[in-house]
Amino acid sequence: MSIYRAHILLPIDEGTIQSGAIEIKKELEKRIEEENLKEEIKILETGTIGVIGKGVMIVVYPDKVTYYNVTKTNLNNIIQEHIIKGRIAEEVEHSYEGHKPVEKEYKNVGLTREQQRIVLDKCWKIDPESIDDVLAYGGYRGVEKIFSESISPEAVIEEIKNSGLRGRGGAGFPTGLKWSFTRAAKGEEKFMICNADEGEPGTFKDRLIMEGDPHKLIEAMIIAGYAVGANKGYIYIRGEYELSIKRIQKAIDQALEYNLLGKNILETNFSFYLEIKKGAGAYVCGEETALIDSLEGKRGYPRIKPPFPANKGLWQKPTCVNNVETLANIPEIIYKGSNWFKKFGTEKSTGTKVFTILGHVEYPGLIEVEMGTPLREIIFSYGGGIKGGKRFKAALVGGSAGVFLPERLLDVKMDFESLDESKAVLGSGAILVMDEDTDIVDMLFSILKFFAHESCGQCSVCRIGTHQLLNLIYGIRRGQAQEKDIDQMVKIAETMFDMSLCPLGQSLIMPVKSAVENFRQDFLNKIQNKNN
Amino acid sequence: MEVSEIHIPDNEHYRELMKFIEENRETPGPLIQVLHKAQEIFGYLPVEVQYFVAREMNVSYSKVYGVVTFYNFFRTEPIGDHIINVCLGTACHVKGAQEIIKALIKELGLKVGGTTKDRFFTLSTARCFGACGLAPVMLIDNEVYGRLNPQKAVQIMQQFKRENQGN
Repeated sequence: MSIYRAHILLPIDEGTIQSGAIEIKKELEKRIEEENLKEEIKILETGTIGVIGKGVMIVVYPDKVTYYNVTKTNLNNIIQEHIIKGRIAEEVEHSYEGHKPVEKEYKNVGLTREQQRIVLDKCWKIDPESIDDVLAYGGYRGVEKIFSESISPEAVIEEIKNSGLRGRGGAGFPTGLKWSFTRAAKGEEKFMICNADEGEPGTFKDRLIMEGDPHKLIEAMIIAGYAVGANKGYIYIRGEYELSIKRIQKAIDQALEYNLLGKNILETNFSFYLEIKKGAGAYVCGEETALIDSLEGKRGYPRIKPPFPANKGLWQKPTCVNNVETLANIPEIIYKGSNWFKKFGTEKSTGTKVFTILGHVEYPGLIEVEMGTPLREIIFSYGGGIKGGKRFKAALVGGSAGVFLPERLLDVKMDFESLDESKAVLGSGAILVMDEDTDIVDMLFSILKFFAHESCGQCSVCRIGTHQLLNLIYGIRRGQAQEKDIDQMVKIAETMFDMSLCPLGQSLIMPVKSAVENFRQDFLNKIQNKNN
Repeated sequence: MEVSEIHIPDNEHYRELMKFIEENRETPGPLIQVLHKAQEIFGYLPVEVQYFVAREMNVSYSKVYGVVTFYNFFRTEPIGDHIINVCLGTACHVKGAQEIIKALIKELGLKVGGTTKDRFFTLSTARCFGACGLAPVMLIDNEVYGRLNPQKAVQIMQQFKRENQGN
């Protein structure tokens, strides 16, 4: 293996592919060949760097300089200046870590800014399609530790319990506790499922984790399978995520080849098999029992709980379901220990959280920060503030079934307890920012339409309730409504909260109530304008 | 349609599907994966195909129909050679997705779900592809086009047609 003097990292995700990353890669390879630099420079395809909307990006290591909006023309400039002469190609937009940014407009944004990374640690530093690369960067250290030190499944669960890790899919249930239920359940055959059916509008963190570091998920599934006592695992990925499916499948094949999966992993008594199941597009399948029904090849209807999946899940056997981001924390916790993990975040919300910042901000993208980081800092520091210098109006936090937070709540800390106190939720970690020109009624309309479409129809309160809410907001939008209709919406949402079978119907109270309470004037304007 | 009226031809498409069913018969819960394959082969899931799947997998036709109609991904109507999918998720909505869909409806003379007479395009909408950072977005087949405005969307559609016609 030759030693390279520099690495050029080329992040390949759906955003950069769309901007022509594949052509740039070919051009880059051609130019390196022409300049006779093949022995000196290594080109590496990596996962996302978390910056979005800046075209094709390349990162030059060891200098850690990121170039944005790379085209065939300015690529030549980068090669001439940076690769050959060893100085920064000043004419191309760029930023660099650890130095004061030279360039004014693009400061360190997205993942290129200093952050605390656990989940996205290896994304964009490794080639996600090469297991050797992953191993060189410390992949599978968690699995290795468990088997070389003969750590018992109970001890693994104890470690996760002690870490305080809570589910990142929305509900925030303690992960170690969930594992212990499945472990304790009676039954020979148990299953481990990874919920990668990321259907929450405005959320794409799981996709970028799978595209950027698929082996981390495989490693986590092995550890989780070992801990709960499952020999078979499924990764349920939504059908639209083609690149994720491709990379996870490749990672599974490579892991099988290295005996990290399959029969007698690393010559131990533990065998674990992993399979991808493609979802077919139904929001409700993000709910774990609906997901299990879907895995069984049926319509994805949520089941009545109890019995919980820990006792009667897939094929009525004990099952554990975890979200992608939750699982992505596991390998590091095992390798570095729960006390290391507890250093991050707050007392009751340990670790980090991946957020997607979207809407009217300067730098939409993906970041990973410690739990408890204030919302204001996320929007104004990481997101670069409101686009075009406009005023902030609201942020929809936690996905579609999230809460509209007004300006006075901007200082809320982003962790489970602080958000709970403000009657908000962490949800999927999506933060949709809206500027002063945004119509909250219109936003709520879009959300209600989504829920009316995605209600699975199994329980009547949700099936009918979502449509009643939609009818009411139709009227308000057209100005054919009275003030009492606004409060009627809250009443219906409250009834749905009390009576729906699953979180889909229960959670609509969040956006409805917060929109009405914080932005009542928007509703009144609609009614009064049209009535006059 | 009466079951007796359903005629299933013996052609390579059905043979390919049959092979997939045989290969996956032993795996548990294969119905959705079989339907994914069937849609990949046929482009959509007409009554005949659904009936074929039910018969060969030994499940009731109503169960197959129930699953097909539950999931957004499955289609029961034929579609054009290329699908335009406009995202109407929250992030795209706030960035003006409604204007994009309106422009395409006007330009193509179609309703959402409709197919052009030459069977070239089908216009469809979806709820979030997870490409929200590029909002508003549309997909033509599997290609994502982002940061759209109505004019740009129409231009991309027209250019796509010019480049791909006759292929």
